[in-house]
Amino acid sequence: MSELQAQLKEWRDGFRARVPRAPRWLGGKWSRLGAPLAVAFMVVLPFLFSSMSSFINATTVSLAFVVMALGLNVVVGFAGLLDLGYVAFYAFGAYCVGWFGSGFFFDAHVNVLSSAVSGAIGIHLNFVLILVCAVIITSIAGILIGLPTLRLRGDYIAIVTLAFGEIIGSVAVNGQNIHLGGGETLTAGNLGISALDLPYFPGLGTFGLLGVRPWYFLILIIAVIVVFIAVRIRDSRLGRAWIALREDEVAAVSMGIPLVRTKLKAYAIGAAFGGISGVFLGDFDQTVNAGQFQFSFSVYVLAMVIVGGLGSVWGAVMGALLLSYMNYYLIPDVLNTLPQTFGLNFDLTDLSIGIFGFLMVIVMILRPQGLFPERRRRIELAGEVAPEHPELEQPSAGGVAI
Amino acid sequence: MRAHIGVWGLIAALAALPIYYGISDLTSGYTSFVNGHEVVHHDLSLLGFNLLEGLSNGAIWALIAIGYTLVYGIIELINFAHGDVFTMGSFTSVSLWGAFGLTVSTGPLGLVLGLALTLVISMAVCGTLNVLIERVAYRPLRGAPKLAPLITAIGFSFVLQNVGLLWHGGEATGVSDLIHEGSKVFNISGVTVHRADVLAIGVMVPLVIGLSWFVNRTAAGRAMRATAQDPEAARLMGINVDHTISLAFMLGGMLAGAAGLVYALYETNIWYFQGFQAGLIAFTAAVMGGIGNIRGAVLGGLLIGCVQQLSDFRIGPEWTEAVVFGYLILVMILRPRGLLGEETREAG
Repeated sequence: MSELQAQLKEWRDGFRARVPRAPRWLGGKWSRLGAPLAVAFMVVLPFLFSSMSSFINATTVSLAFVVMALGLNVVVGFAGLLDLGYVAFYAFGAYCVGWFGSGFFFDAHVNVLSSAVSGAIGIHLNFVLILVCAVIITSIAGILIGLPTLRLRGDYIAIVTLAFGEIIGSVAVNGQNIHLGGGETLTAGNLGISALDLPYFPGLGTFGLLGVRPWYFLILIIAVIVVFIAVRIRDSRLGRAWIALREDEVAAVSMGIPLVRTKLKAYAIGAAFGGISGVFLGDFDQTVNAGQFQFSFSVYVLAMVIVGGLGSVWGAVMGALLLSYMNYYLIPDVLNTLPQTFGLNFDLTDLSIGIFGFLMVIVMILRPQGLFPERRRRIELAGEVAPEHPELEQPSAGGVAI
Repeated sequence: MRAHIGVWGLIAALAALPIYYGISDLTSGYTSFVNGHEVVHHDLSLLGFNLLEGLSNGAIWALIAIGYTLVYGIIELINFAHGDVFTMGSFTSVSLWGAFGLTVSTGPLGLVLGLALTLVISMAVCGTLNVLIERVAYRPLRGAPKLAPLITAIGFSFVLQNVGLLWHGGEATGVSDLIHEGSKVFNISGVTVHRADVLAIGVMVPLVIGLSWFVNRTAAGRAMRATAQDPEAARLMGINVDHTISLAFMLGGMLAGAAGLVYALYETNIWYFQGFQAGLIAFTAAVMGGIGNIRGAVLGGLLIGCVQQLSDFRIGPEWTEAVVFGYLILVMILRPRGLLGEETREAG
């Protein structure tokens, strides 16, 4: 180390000692700086477009997928449990709106602070109450699905979760033949439960179907809260326990980490995020249709998490935004009109799945570690040492043991 | 103790459906129509028919499942594009027999020769396709995080589905019933064996025997097993690991191509999305049998075929998927590494 560098280091250390440190719960440097800017940008964004803009519509859906991806990131990224049946929690969330926010159960007459007229048939709970129900129901479902996987390892977990996802999808499709008594059925199958209650907040009024802005702000608020929770959980005792289990189960257990409880918490929390997003998507689409709950949905959310960078919160956010923009805006609204713009009579709609798949391949080949890899993984992959831990630098090639 | 419960529980779980329906057929009987009259039978021939159909259907799943198992055994990747390679096998076969001029009225000799040639070309095409996919999408990601190739696999699955969509459109297309799949070949104590059953099992058995011979008896097969056990050590012993991996993809693709032809003849329709469902079932079969194990994949495929048929006939086709996956979960709970599985590298 040259004299100049030593001098610089001394000055820097002196400066750091004098300036009060930001509280740890605000996250790292980038989170402290980037998050408020990003939120400010997202708040201003809808006012740059008309209230019917397809771009804002796509952004609203994308933000719902951000919440989904963050949930799956807890299970796959933090805890390292490959879950291929995440669609189950989307289904549970969406059915919570269908069951508790429409006239579907026609024998019941329940109305708690909802936008429905009083005395309307069905169960009508306020949107926030539906969210609470969804969190409870999906957490329980997450634990029940997680239980049989506890003895399994690696990709066997993937196939069991996949199996549960498919079973739940199939129950949703056939639910119109499952009778609950009194002519009520479990689901409406492929016909779908429609005419869902629009979100209503006392003092703010009821959401409309035409303007997308209220929906946008609702999901933005949910997404910001979920990002905050995800960051805080990652840095908590529980988050460290997940990472320890992911990296070496035997070592983690022998250090006293309760295996069953820690894994089940990952399933429950991941599922709850999926349920919240499912409630929003169900209500935003204004239909809960069994055809939506396909295996490809799980794959799609998993792709977001991996493309973003497994285990990284900002990665999951960016991966979700990237893939859902690709799917809901770039391909339908931009790419498909491109040939006409150049005066070509050629339809790209037929190629949209292929283009989506091709872009996924390209992104992964160019950045196998994902767009914004978690720092720990970056270190593992590149043998690169984080600047705040120079003592970990090893002269030998290869990864650094953490 | 726990292991004993596991094994017996597993056998009980696997045999539960057929035994239940066998007893119910024998005691309360089942009805069928003979010359327009409703007749109640008290025998096992309906169960036998279900199981036969299950085995022949399962033979197709077994061929696809081997592809999953070979690839997983060597590079621990769930090759999501494999189901779509199988679709390409069906599409190529249908186009080929069109090009050869095979029709419903082609004579037996021409049919056998034409289909044999179709089988060979379809296997070659799918094998090559699988090797190319490996070269483009998985090889650059050796040493990358474990889940990265999973995403390129899904990406390629989408690309191949799009190719299928452009090739034959979005709807299932009927293809000519070249072998008259429904005609009777012979009868075993009341169970009619159709041509389709003979075809499926007749293609699957020699291919599986050939593959086992290749993997167990040849030098290349030994290299494959060595690479599956420990790629690093295999490399040190002078095995070209990249070639060996390509070989595994080649073999898997070839079997998928064969399955594609059999499927087209068996179901007499093709669909760009057929491979998705088939891939899911075959992957389930591979896991149920113990992933990485060829015999396990065959066993899993045949089992799932039987469970599907029983469920289709007795419970209702809309529940089949749930029943199959329910079976899978039971097997996984009772025997976490699959029926014939050994400890994998990751688990060991």
